[in-house]
Amino acid sequence: MFPILKKRRLNDSMTLMVVRAPLIARKAHAGQFIILRVNEQGERIPLTIADYDREQGTVTIIYQIVGKTTLLLDQLNEGDSILDFVGPLGKPSHLEGYQNAAVIGGGAGCAIAYPQAKTLHARGAKVDIIAGFRTKDLIILEDEMRAASDRLFLMTDDGSNGHKGFVTDALKKNIEAGAGYDLVVAIGPLVMMRAVCNLTKKYGIKTIISMNPIMIDGTGMCGGCRLTVGGKTRFACVDGPDFDGQEVDFDEAIRRSRTYSEMERKSAQEFKCRLLEEAKNA
Amino acid sequence: MPDMNPHKTPMPEQAPEVRSKNFDEVALGYTEELAKREAARCLHCKNQPCVGGCPVGVHIPDFIRSIAQGDAEGAYHTIRLTNSLPAVCGRVCPQENQCEKNCVRGRRGDPVGIGRLERFAADWHMKHGRDEQYKVEKNGHKVAVVGSGPAGLTCAGDLAAMGYSVTVFEALHAAGGVLMYGIPQFRLPKEIVQREIDSLRRQGVKIETDMVIGKVLSVDELFENGFEAVFIGTGAGLPRFMNIPGEGLVGVYSANEFLTRVNLMKAYRQDYDTPILKPKKVAVVGGGNVTMDAARTALRLGAETVSVVYRRAEEQMPARREEVHHAKEEGVIFDFLSNPVKIHGDENGRVASIECIHMKLGEPDSSGRRRPIPIEGSNFSLPVDCVVMAIGNSPNPLIRSATKGLEANERGCIVVKDNTMETTREGVYAAGDAVSGAATVILAMGGGKDAAKSIDRYIRAKS
Repeated sequence: MFPILKKRRLNDSMTLMVVRAPLIARKAHAGQFIILRVNEQGERIPLTIADYDREQGTVTIIYQIVGKTTLLLDQLNEGDSILDFVGPLGKPSHLEGYQNAAVIGGGAGCAIAYPQAKTLHARGAKVDIIAGFRTKDLIILEDEMRAASDRLFLMTDDGSNGHKGFVTDALKKNIEAGAGYDLVVAIGPLVMMRAVCNLTKKYGIKTIISMNPIMIDGTGMCGGCRLTVGGKTRFACVDGPDFDGQEVDFDEAIRRSRTYSEMERKSAQEFKCRLLEEAKNA
Repeated sequence: MPDMNPHKTPMPEQAPEVRSKNFDEVALGYTEELAKREAARCLHCKNQPCVGGCPVGVHIPDFIRSIAQGDAEGAYHTIRLTNSLPAVCGRVCPQENQCEKNCVRGRRGDPVGIGRLERFAADWHMKHGRDEQYKVEKNGHKVAVVGSGPAGLTCAGDLAAMGYSVTVFEALHAAGGVLMYGIPQFRLPKEIVQREIDSLRRQGVKIETDMVIGKVLSVDELFENGFEAVFIGTGAGLPRFMNIPGEGLVGVYSANEFLTRVNLMKAYRQDYDTPILKPKKVAVVGGGNVTMDAARTALRLGAETVSVVYRRAEEQMPARREEVHHAKEEGVIFDFLSNPVKIHGDENGRVASIECIHMKLGEPDSSGRRRPIPIEGSNFSLPVDCVVMAIGNSPNPLIRSATKGLEANERGCIVVKDNTMETTREGVYAAGDAVSGAATVILAMGGGKDAAKSIDRYIRAKS
């Protein structure tokens, strides 16, 4: 069992948890992920490691409540424990040797983009963070991202923070203005990462993305997380989760990510009804 | 006098039309009376050819004698002397190629039903028996076992019986490896696997789940933590695909994923959250036992038609005859001498059909089987909404690539010395599919057993 030491709401649908997992904390690197299971009947879901503290023996995860498993996870509080917590899985990110990077986060993806920016920035690279959210109220980690970058560009789909537009709009503007990026890191929804890669391809800028597909074991056994990269089949769990974004077949990845979306919607809905019912009876 | 009936005493089983709709065990096992009747067919040959066919050397005629005398518990303990997982082996061993193949009764009629009798003794023990006599004095030496499949559990059980403190590290949340995630409930109930694992635990074997060795701890760190030897039984867990167009479509599964969702993650049960597609028309590609497991699982999930697509002829199929027979009885269709060339999708990227080509058999290849050759222009399509690729697995490279000095061959299998199971790294031993590539439960157990003996010799020589 893995005790939850800290739980913090970041916005309406996103939560940060600090989990005690000393062995994983000792080995974790940016870009790797864990797999967790909340209860005996539960699914195994992968979550990218948002932060870790080797001395304290903790691993930080940030999740967005999207389905039943994240709803279940969100029922747990400080002092409760997560049943299974496995990692660190996947390969660490390789961000060495870059001088001038744009780190792009979309929504919950900012939770993972932020530590990447921090690493690059600490290493002396010039870092622009471009973070996109649907609306102002959903903005997370603003202070942290500001501290980990030379310039922070916060974009909202609805313009509620005064900067209307997608992350690609800001990225394009910066590139055209001569930002001179030698690396783009993009982490967020698949459609966003695809749009970023389509743009950077035109300018010939190396772009690293982090995939978070459906998986079970996370060790290469099930093959459920496979994707096509440069025409070859790759497993996100052991060959990734970072890939050269311009090589990834996003259309396929998007279709595969929706394999169970109908069932997931139904299952989350039923669970929400049950929670409401329980709250009423309590 | 032995019973000279040329036929094996039949084992009761669920009727095909009933069992193809549930996940309960197909074969129901002998009653005491049936077991005694079958046990009476054993000739008790002096040279015991059956024992020679068993990778773990079970004292077969001895345990059969106990059953004939009405002492099922005694039979169990005889089996348990050399076999850590009797209830598993009685169900999934390919006895027809091992002990029963050597049975003298098989020359005229059926061999003695050794597997069925082993299962009977193990099941009797689970219901009525006791485990206590397996407590042994600890010798103060620690051994780490990586992987809790048949090889790892056997190695752990044998070492614990010799007095070693054994810790088994398992990557998944449940111990058992392929016995848990791979072999279906209807062939090997998970409760039975759990009972065998619990019995090892009572024997003093420690099992740590959620531990991916090579990631959370390296083999070097295991040594630093005081383990004097390390056994690697990580299996052949990397699914192969055919590299044909369409394998990225929604509805294409590896057999590993399909079976893991159902077996380990219990997608067939309402009370579990695991999603799985409920396809109507399924093609399962391959010809091994895993192919049969996937095909029969698809039927039980409610598929209307399930076709096995195999590139060679029925005679060349590596699956056990019994499994093929069961699959046919349940209504699985077989397309022999057929090979997929492309999977077609619909406008939503979901599987719509699988295009295959007819094959003919040519000259024998390196495996000794006649090589299948495509017949130009013979393409045909099967309308399906799901394809399961059950064409084998490669050894998982995870631990190998994270461990210095551990050599592997060109197929990715860990190199060991025959019989001793020593790897190229001192103090590290390996067996099972990680060494052989995909094989059987009992061969993995045999390897685990040999490794336990070598580890014991190694640690004694050192201390």
